Amino acid sequence: MSAAPLAPARPAVTSGTTPAGPRRPRVRAGRVAGNVVAVVVALCWVFPVYWMINSSFTPDARLGARTPSFFPTHGTTANYRDAVDGSGFWSALQMSLAITLVTVVAVLAFAFLAALAISRFRFRGRRSFVVAVLFIQMLPAEGLFIAQYKMLSAADLLNSVVGVSVLYTAAIVPFTVWMLRGFVAGIPAELEEAAMVDGLSRTGAFLRITFPLLAPGLVASGVYAFLQAWNEFTVALVALPAEGSQTLPLWLRGFLNASVNEGVNWAQVMAASTLIALPVMIFFLLVQNRMTGGLVSGAVKG
Amino acid sequence: MTTTATGGPGAAPVEAAGAPPPPVRRRRRPRTPYLLLVPAVAVLLLGLGYPVYWQVVTSMQEFGLAQQFGTAPPEFVGLANYVEIFTSDVVWVVVARSVAFCLVNAFLAVGIGTLLALLMKGVGTAPRLALQVALLLAWAMPMVAAVTVWKWLFDWRQGVVNWLLVQIGLGSFENHNWLAQPLSFFFVATVIVTWMSVPFVALSVYAALTQVSDEVLEAAALDGASGAKRFFYIILPIVRPVVSIVLLLQIIWDLRVFAQIRLLQDAGAPVSETNLLGNFIYELGIGRQDFAGAAAVSLFVLALTIVLSWPYVRTLLKEDES
Repeated sequence: MSAAPLAPARPAVTSGTTPAGPRRPRVRAGRVAGNVVAVVVALCWVFPVYWMINSSFTPDARLGARTPSFFPTHGTTANYRDAVDGSGFWSALQMSLAITLVTVVAVLAFAFLAALAISRFRFRGRRSFVVAVLFIQMLPAEGLFIAQYKMLSAADLLNSVVGVSVLYTAAIVPFTVWMLRGFVAGIPAELEEAAMVDGLSRTGAFLRITFPLLAPGLVASGVYAFLQAWNEFTVALVALPAEGSQTLPLWLRGFLNASVNEGVNWAQVMAASTLIALPVMIFFLLVQNRMTGGLVSGAVKG
Repeated sequence: MTTTATGGPGAAPVEAAGAPPPPVRRRRRPRTPYLLLVPAVAVLLLGLGYPVYWQVVTSMQEFGLAQQFGTAPPEFVGLANYVEIFTSDVVWVVVARSVAFCLVNAFLAVGIGTLLALLMKGVGTAPRLALQVALLLAWAMPMVAAVTVWKWLFDWRQGVVNWLLVQIGLGSFENHNWLAQPLSFFFVATVIVTWMSVPFVALSVYAALTQVSDEVLEAAALDGASGAKRFFYIILPIVRPVVSIVLLLQIIWDLRVFAQIRLLQDAGAPVSETNLLGNFIYELGIGRQDFAGAAAVSLFVLALTIVLSWPYVRTLLKEDES
């Protein structure tokens, strides 16, 4: 399985650089081979996702069979019912929703104000702030989480929504500032000035002209913050040690580990995984363009 | 690092207070940007600044049993903790393992990702879309869900991987437990990390490849440039900046792999032989309550990240200035 995607990728170099010249049949054969390779790689890459969904609809008894069942022929939704009825799904969902909501709102508000400052004003310390933001977004949670754990425990904020939300907001704000800065800079200040010439106040011009134009940027940043907070595992692991305050990723881990000694019910575990992955995948497909663009656009231009 | 964060915006109000009072209207404008930065700076100081400060202080203190039970105040010991940690072989074994894992994974992801990007450039629309959708779906998988699915694929009793290997005649993989030995454990970890990282690389490089104009390639072909020449003299120079940035990002990201390892260890792997840097810090801090040691190693990881990030930050700054 794992080796499969690696091997067929090889011939890609030659077929990829061959121009689509209509002259030689050899070229056309290369193109057909390239197409076949592309489809095979695509199937290999998507297989784990397919396998998760397929297994989640398969009765566990059939999953245990010698030969895997590759299609959900005797499909059932019982796995979902059992996973959800099992211990702690609803409280984990609540916890995840609360933390994600608080984080997204705080991130959007704070990052938006900061993005406004660095893209609409020139002031002393601006460059230091930008440099700091860019470095901070690279810092790994693994280099900070022990201190964050001690800090929350000293403030009696372990297992609380507030504690984790502060840590998430701090971790997500830097990249969001950077992302929104691009959006704000993309709206010419002349638009605002024209509105002010026509009699709007500076605030009025901002609210009526710039803000509506920023909506797509805010949506994209909000979805980014949602994805980060919803999927986060490392900080949650140390900041939410109590069983009752787990978020969904922690719950999924516990769900699997609970049965690891007496034989895992993989059908239910896959149903649980699908439940967590589905909203994320939908949101992700909505914003992915923005995210690839933001991360490497500097390199493309440079 | 945190000092630059505080130094910039923090310096401003002081200066504003000390300066002679010019006309009021000119005063008000420059204060706005600082006010706008207050919430972001405050949350960064609270969530990241204070932990870094705590780590600097704690890493230079004796943090023994007496301190844990609060019967003795922490004692300043200078760099003794650093000396103790970084002269032991344990930490260097973990560092070496992390660096090896990081480099293998980063180069694999960038290598495969670049090949897939070239493939996407060379094939018809339908196969390209299929590949793009597949990569996006893999990229969109939440990390914990992805590791869980791969654990199921590599399950020793009912996993598809073992079934497949037995089908092609490798009977010894019947009931083979991949996660029990460090080497095959890291093989599985590499498969997972590569599977998750390649989409970002492939789609970024593909985006850069679309900037290579077909007219130029055609003109070069008419002038007699071979495929290899077109690749090395036209495509590569255009794509190189993106590939190098993506490689740098992968190196930085793969150095911090923690959760995937942690989740795989749940299946019963030998922990001390499979720990990477993040897991080592976790074990020191949460497991053994050696906060001084954990703080020292954490600062080492942070410093390493900052050094490695410098070229990337510089590229982004160029964008800011344009």
